[in-house]
Amino acid sequence: MSVYNESRKNIIKIVFVALFVIVVIRLFTLQVITSKYKTLAEDQGIFRKVVYPDRGLVFDRRKNCILQNTSISDLMVTPNKLKGIDTLLFCKIMNIDTAQFKKKIVELIIKNGRSRPSVFEPLLSDEKMAILSESMYRFSPAFYLQERSVRSYPYDAAANVLGYTAEVDTNFLKKHPEEGYVSGDYAGMTGLERSYEKVLMGERGIEYWKRDNKNRLTEKLDKGAFDTMAVAGKNLYTSLDIELQELGEKLMQNKLGSIVAVDPKTGGVLCMVSSPTYKPQYLTGSERRKHFSELFLNPSLPLLNRTVSATYSPGSTFKTLQALIGLHEGVISTETVFSCSGAFYGCGSGKPMGCLDLGTFNLRSAITVSDNTYFANVMQRVINKPGFANIDSALSHWDNYMYAFGLGHKLGVDLPSEKSGNIPTPKYYNKVYGTGRWNFCNFRSVSIGQGEVTVTPLQVANEMAYIANKGWYYIPHVVDSIEGGDKFGLLDKYKKKIRPVDIPDSVFNSVHDGMQEVVQSPRGTGVGAKVSDIIICGKTGTVENYYKGVKQQNHSFFCGFAPRDNPKIAIMCVVENSGRFGGTYAAPIVGLMIEKYLKDSITEKARIDRLDQLSKLNLIPPRIKAEIRKQDSIKHSKDLAYLQAKGFIKAIKDTVGIDDDQPEREEINTLKTEKSKGEKPNKDSNTSLKGILPNEKKKNSKMGKRP
Amino acid sequence: MYQKRPSITQPKDRILILLYVAIALIGLLCIFSVEYRGNEDVVKSFFAFKKNYSKQFVYLLACSVIATFILLMDSKFFTATPNLLYIFGILLMIATFVVGKTVNGSKSWIPLGFMNLQPVETCKIFTALALAKYLSRSETQFSKPNAQLIASGICLLPVLFSLLQNETGLALVYFSFLLPMYREGFPPVYLVTGASLGILLILTLLLTPEQLIIGLTLIGIAVVYFSKRKIKRNKNLLFMVVLIWLTSLFFVGIAVPFLFKHIFQSYQSDRIFSMVGRDNPYKISLESDTVAIAKTSSLAKKPADNENYNVKQSKIAIGSGGFLGKGFLKGTQTQGDFVPEQHTDFIFTSLGESFGFVGSVVLMILYLWLLLRIVFIAERQRSAFSRVYAYSVAAIIFFHVAINICMTIGLAPVIGITLPLMSYGGSSLLTFTILIFILIKLDTDRQMVLR
Repeated sequence: MSVYNESRKNIIKIVFVALFVIVVIRLFTLQVITSKYKTLAEDQGIFRKVVYPDRGLVFDRRKNCILQNTSISDLMVTPNKLKGIDTLLFCKIMNIDTAQFKKKIVELIIKNGRSRPSVFEPLLSDEKMAILSESMYRFSPAFYLQERSVRSYPYDAAANVLGYTAEVDTNFLKKHPEEGYVSGDYAGMTGLERSYEKVLMGERGIEYWKRDNKNRLTEKLDKGAFDTMAVAGKNLYTSLDIELQELGEKLMQNKLGSIVAVDPKTGGVLCMVSSPTYKPQYLTGSERRKHFSELFLNPSLPLLNRTVSATYSPGSTFKTLQALIGLHEGVISTETVFSCSGAFYGCGSGKPMGCLDLGTFNLRSAITVSDNTYFANVMQRVINKPGFANIDSALSHWDNYMYAFGLGHKLGVDLPSEKSGNIPTPKYYNKVYGTGRWNFCNFRSVSIGQGEVTVTPLQVANEMAYIANKGWYYIPHVVDSIEGGDKFGLLDKYKKKIRPVDIPDSVFNSVHDGMQEVVQSPRGTGVGAKVSDIIICGKTGTVENYYKGVKQQNHSFFCGFAPRDNPKIAIMCVVENSGRFGGTYAAPIVGLMIEKYLKDSITEKARIDRLDQLSKLNLIPPRIKAEIRKQDSIKHSKDLAYLQAKGFIKAIKDTVGIDDDQPEREEINTLKTEKSKGEKPNKDSNTSLKGILPNEKKKNSKMGKRP
Repeated sequence: MYQKRPSITQPKDRILILLYVAIALIGLLCIFSVEYRGNEDVVKSFFAFKKNYSKQFVYLLACSVIATFILLMDSKFFTATPNLLYIFGILLMIATFVVGKTVNGSKSWIPLGFMNLQPVETCKIFTALALAKYLSRSETQFSKPNAQLIASGICLLPVLFSLLQNETGLALVYFSFLLPMYREGFPPVYLVTGASLGILLILTLLLTPEQLIIGLTLIGIAVVYFSKRKIKRNKNLLFMVVLIWLTSLFFVGIAVPFLFKHIFQSYQSDRIFSMVGRDNPYKISLESDTVAIAKTSSLAKKPADNENYNVKQSKIAIGSGGFLGKGFLKGTQTQGDFVPEQHTDFIFTSLGESFGFVGSVVLMILYLWLLLRIVFIAERQRSAFSRVYAYSVAAIIFFHVAINICMTIGLAPVIGITLPLMSYGGSSLLTFTILIFILIKLDTDRQMVLR
């Protein structure tokens, strides 16, 4: 009977072929036509692993490494391999109990899964490392050590210059969309780390790894055929003298202020001390966040680089420039004399500008004793010099000199957050007094470096380099050269000699004469800076200042250069609110710094004693001390938990992305204002956690006081 | 009649043996590629016999021994014992309820120490033999409904036990015996109706009722249009078409939704839909019937994000293979363990990823060739026993290949049945080896009259 049904074999064959056709068509659409599966497969099966190169190192002028990398280990654990581990021994070594251990493991499993390695303890301390590495074999393969690269500082100095790196935040990512940062990356936030981020970061490598369904990396795709190598960051060679920097930081401890020294011949910064500072090691490693908020909340602002970000009235150091202008404009000669009978009466007797050294002075002696009347007269003559159409053009003319000397604008140093300082303009006075309704007498205090004029310490140091060089300077810069060449042209502007106005050498020589007398002459205000065998030219400044309208202790200034004939160092020191005179504290500090730099060491017993005495001196203003005390008590009562609850800690983290246009300090300020609002309402906002900045709004300074 | 002594040198169907060896070796390579990791010593782990590929190699060796043994046996054994074997098979299945071991949720395994035996798998051989025996009896008149019923009973008895063991996938395999029965004269109406309902059921799972109703209506109109003359001659035909159309509509539009809404529990419908990689569109109708249809259609249009994990991963692996594939041992999805059960039910994905469209088509050609070769062999048999048996083998292999491949490419629900000769597993490999080699033995002795 089956014979009759033989034709059915064809139907069966057709069924078989039909299935074949259907499957092939489907496979064709899946594998050849649709491309989404390929993408999906790559997304889940291939992992792009970014390989971070080591950041570049930083060297000082003697090729000492001042910023390098060390590796710290993270202790990693893979929870599903824990079976058979001697948990008790492990807990003993790690100094935890088994309950804590279990809790931690459970947390990690929840966070990261059983089969993926997680960080059990990040950045192990040296002691733990030592014990662990001995007995690590007992805990493997569940536990292993994973090295990672962390910044380290062989000299424990120059924190403010070098800056720190931190995890990039959302703001940072928004501002640098094209540079390949992803969240979790570290980038330079301040100092050289920030300015030279492009150079220091190196080039990241990419490895392609196969990844399995539990997100573990299994092996390299095609044995690394598609990988790109990481290129280590380039090293920076700076002009810093790390020993000078250390000495400067020692001298400035327990004081507010800064020291900047520049090599006048190159513009290279020799040292840049901002006090108070912090241990650079503080802002690396596992304690970073804790330390950061401490430093951030400190009223004395250790994170602020005062050398470029703080502005002061220049005080009497300004007189050197007045002398230059006066001589060059021909309104005075070296022989011109003015007398001081107790005050400057050039603007009538209403509000005389006092002078302490009665007598008659020529230019040299006026500089030597820092006579106010003399320089008020000089500037009055410059401003009232016949030939100017009006006071506007006269002041503009004077302003142009100041700009030429590097004041009133950012110098362009290779550090972030530089301030421009202020040189008052006719526009400003027109606004304050009404167009044409003001004259020299309205701003006579500018002539002695008070009033509206403000400068940064770096600008003053640069001004000294300018005077020392007799009319030119290089833009001050920390980095001299970059390993492998300056690919981004970052150093181009530091190679150009700047000679803004042609002032004859004779003019400078006259000013040098006066400045030499400041240190050498027994009458000089800066005798404290004297160093045997070295001819130092200097100028003191005693700067009046006000905080919230209340007169504060004077800032002590000293600036100068040495040796006179072949200047090798131009230096500036400011000790904030030290009281007394510029010659009292700043001058001897500068003296020691110059001695150290030019003689390489300080050996005389008397000088070493002086050094010790100065470094032990505590000149922190009582106001800051009070703030710190208050903050401590708040901290005690409220604890960090309070700040966290209020969102301060978070706010800090979110605003670290300091940007150039809105400088760090302003952000700190606004933050602290917000903070004082957040504080208990019954607290006097004046005395809440408010940082005190050296250039807090001053009243038009009263005259008088020997500068 | 002169009878040659059975010997290994007898002429055998070499093509079938070569196809068998080729597919089995491809399977071994695929299992190797699933387990191989770049960082291991292959030789060492091979001889440790801990890895599936080395175990599969051992199974292959064992199978070649058994195959040789079968070829050396007297083929009369197979015609003499089917009934006993069938009863033995049924007893084995009953035994699983007593000594059974639960693997992957189905209590269908008997542990034998060196391997686990799945009686429902091996019982296919016995059923095929028993069916062949019954249909080849001279007293069987297969055109009678009575005989048809008994034959169906032989095929479907194991299904009952299999369902009780919660092994649905393998139970469905027994429906493939409809194919040899069809060849022997089983009225095609049953087959066509059964197949149509099956296809319709899968379509209702894959498509929305609206799409299906429109599709069915179009097909109906097309049928009427193309058979205008016939309908003119015979008005009943039109009536038939309309009746079938209405029945289908009832099935699609009312019966299936009713089934999912009211008969099945929500989780059951979920499972059924997840087998084809879809979300359960009837879930919402539980909350509110009025918005059901609107929401159903919008849900169905959702992108493939919600696809069931297995099917999705399987499609990704195969789809990412592209035209030529990523190369042997270079499949990121295979090496990353993304596809669950990849060495057994989803073994095709590793081939699809590594060798792409070309490799997949080559494998499909091998299977098609195997099937057509078996049909060819079947048709050259003199005895009905051998022919029925050959068709049974073809039908079983066809069903396995069709369902397995279709489920990996998202055309069929995920029911756990193996890809013949390729999937890892001694039970499956052994079953197909025995099935094929009994056929080869019967074919070798096709000159004999076997009943």
